[in-house]
Amino acid sequence: MALRLERRAQHSQLMVTLSPVIAILLTLLSGIVIFALLGKDPFLSLYTFFVLPLTSLYGLTELGVKATPLILIGIGLSFGFRANVWNIGAEGQLTLGAIFGGGLGIAFYDSDSALLLPAMILAGVLGGMAWAAIPAWLKTRFNANEILTSLMLTYVAVLLLSYLVHGPWRDPDGYNFPESRMFSEAGTLPLLLEASRLHLGAVIALLVVVAAWVLLTKALIGFQLRVVGLAPAAARYVGFRQKRLIWFCLLFSGGLAGLAGLSEVAGPIGQLTPSISPGYGFTAIIVAFLGRLHPVGVLFAGLVMALTYIGGEAAQIEIGLPAAVTGLFQGVLLFFLLACDMLSTYRIRFVRQPAAGPVASVKPAAGEAAAQ
Amino acid sequence: MTTNETASETALLELRGITKAFPGILANDRIGFSIMPHEIHALLGENGAGKSTLVKIIYGVLQADAGEILWQGRPVRVSGPAAARRLGIGMVFQHFSLFEAMTVFENIALAMDGERDNRALRARITTLSKTYGLPLDLDSHVYALSVGERQRIEIVRCLLQNPKLLILDEPTSVLTPQEVERLFETLRQLAREGCAILYISHKLDEVKALCDRATILRAGRTVAECDPKVETARSMAELMIGAKVQPPSRPKASGERAERLSVAGLSLVAESAFGVDLRDLSLSVSGGEILGIAGIAGNGQNELMAALTGERLLPVRPDAIVIDGRPVGSLGPPARRALGAVFVPEERNGHAAIPAMSLAENAFLTAFRRLGLLKHGLMSEAPTRRFAGRIIADYDVRTTGAQADAGSLSGGNMQKFIVGREMLQEPGLLVIAQPTWGVDPGAASAIRQALLDLAANGTAVLVISQDLDEILEICDRVAVISEGKLSEARPVAEITVEEIGLLMGGLHDLAAQAPEGRVERGS
Repeated sequence: MALRLERRAQHSQLMVTLSPVIAILLTLLSGIVIFALLGKDPFLSLYTFFVLPLTSLYGLTELGVKATPLILIGIGLSFGFRANVWNIGAEGQLTLGAIFGGGLGIAFYDSDSALLLPAMILAGVLGGMAWAAIPAWLKTRFNANEILTSLMLTYVAVLLLSYLVHGPWRDPDGYNFPESRMFSEAGTLPLLLEASRLHLGAVIALLVVVAAWVLLTKALIGFQLRVVGLAPAAARYVGFRQKRLIWFCLLFSGGLAGLAGLSEVAGPIGQLTPSISPGYGFTAIIVAFLGRLHPVGVLFAGLVMALTYIGGEAAQIEIGLPAAVTGLFQGVLLFFLLACDMLSTYRIRFVRQPAAGPVASVKPAAGEAAAQ
Repeated sequence: MTTNETASETALLELRGITKAFPGILANDRIGFSIMPHEIHALLGENGAGKSTLVKIIYGVLQADAGEILWQGRPVRVSGPAAARRLGIGMVFQHFSLFEAMTVFENIALAMDGERDNRALRARITTLSKTYGLPLDLDSHVYALSVGERQRIEIVRCLLQNPKLLILDEPTSVLTPQEVERLFETLRQLAREGCAILYISHKLDEVKALCDRATILRAGRTVAECDPKVETARSMAELMIGAKVQPPSRPKASGERAERLSVAGLSLVAESAFGVDLRDLSLSVSGGEILGIAGIAGNGQNELMAALTGERLLPVRPDAIVIDGRPVGSLGPPARRALGAVFVPEERNGHAAIPAMSLAENAFLTAFRRLGLLKHGLMSEAPTRRFAGRIIADYDVRTTGAQADAGSLSGGNMQKFIVGREMLQEPGLLVIAQPTWGVDPGAASAIRQALLDLAANGTAVLVISQDLDEILEICDRVAVISEGKLSEARPVAEITVEEIGLLMGGLHDLAAQAPEGRVERGS
């Protein structure tokens, strides 16, 4: 018997839908092995990691807190990924959103105007867009690879934030800690539940999911994105403008990443600090793919990935596992997801070793044929 | 050679119950036939009938799931092309496998397993090409050669192996009529000398002219074996498709004959290294007429199509292309469509249509502006589905409905859908490339009829096609494209196939006669 990969006659829609589920199951199985190797009780560890956080109301609200930025960014990225625009720098755009919106919050730290929060949200979106506009311009003007430019700009953004909170924007009453002032009440996203950290950003994220679904499935721009991704030649044939779509994808994902950054600093954090995100901008890449680049899928994928964050915290506290377990689970999940995705184009077949005679195996045909 | 003589001999190659399945399709279903020595045997069938799969099995590229291959009476297993060559089977593929940047001699020498003596090889090639009328300039580079010359390299390469059976897969689809006649001479001579030939084609007149026997495949099965000399082209076509074939009728044109499209002095540098530059092209199409552009593939048709659709813009000379009196060279496809022009490019999958999207979405793709299928930036779903349904009904597209993926349609049905999508937009100008390429005869005749009807209603139609028969059947005037240049258009009634053939191969032949022509081209 031998294992063989065989190309499917048609893309399997079933596998496209099932592969995230299979990937999650395989990730859990690997989790059991990893925990056992670390000398922990695997089932207790899995329970602590993936179930315990969901057993309390506080845990559930925390899930919402962590999922909010992941969903916002994941939605934006999924649009671009559909059209083969690879914005890898959402973390940087998130940071710029926090700087723009947070800067406004710091400037008006004693304001109680009802306009402050909307203005901060707008500034956050614009900040993310501005940062994403740089790779967009470089791509459309010089055909510079947006993967590289957006990624490199992330480090610039993080250092810019670090400079600001260590220098000009440091809290004058903050005993030299590298932190800005706390935003005023009017500059903070209102809480949805007392005694939790769940804030208005979660509602905004849900609205964004709905809006993105309409945009993607009903609107011309969504249709254009899908056409460009599936058949670039067809997009040229009907005259969908490639450059405009690149601009749209980067500004859209940058804007949402900026919104996510603002909702973090004006939400759970309440001020600017040197590290405002545990890598949401990168984790959201996994969220986008795990969610099949579909808004509703991204919603669920955001919740799953949020669980790896709070599960990791719980596992640290309860059973003393290293913090790296979170990143490990995220990586393993992406690995299995990509592996499972292959099964939508290929299928696995078990074949007997070829017997002699005319009923024989397939040869590596094309190469031989081309040689003659 | 008479049938009685061959019947007493052992068949050179005999196939018994050859079966091959691919995921979702049974490509060959218990196929059996035999080829005698000295015989030119035609393998006929529509696209998708299973011809290519079968010859790949004979040549060892694919292995059958079941069945037997007998070579000179003995069962054999052809494990790969090398094994096939050892048996004495040679094959000329439809798509050549030559290195463009190497010389003719290098390309041949590469394929000669273990032959090290270059001088002896040169001598053999020269003798062989003289004997069979296959002239080759051994030191020219392949990229500079015409398709006909490239094919000669492939044939010579096969013949050097002294094959007993030569397989040719649609060899004439890239040749001018004159080149076809020359090839046939060679093949007849080979057969006389004892090399059997398996000739794969769907061109029935050629099969009649060349072949001794024909095996006809339909949907993976052998449906008939016949003597092409006694059959008519139509009777064989009916065997191929399993239905009656209707010749198209030419309705009388009505309405005014104003010029809709005019191209004047269009020059365009090719985008890709192996593309063809367009040089000073001019043409004009009026309402109610069909202008055909004949020519062998790769002579600038793709570049011309891209310039006409607006996929490539001409910012410097926008007036090189004029639609309804408006210079459009610098305008993109939407603006040209707004002027009433519609386009059907050659490639269906991923260019004219998106296989992974539904027929409704594919209908929306080109029609949403003209048919107002967009309301406040949102797609109007019900009208879009209705429009797709109309295409399906009016153009007899066999499918489960507007929600089916375009990729689930056969080539012919997909082409009918695309043609229908463009025609139902009531265009003033239709530009269509290879309208029936890879389409079964039934769908092809429906599409040709639709083109004639459209022109009769006053639309200007420009057809770019490699299929000369098609052009002669439906066009009013014909021009020939060769090496990026376009000949003057002439009425079909006043031009002979020979003249078209000369124009198709035109510059090559002229260059061969007049050395100064070659110098000019090289500079």
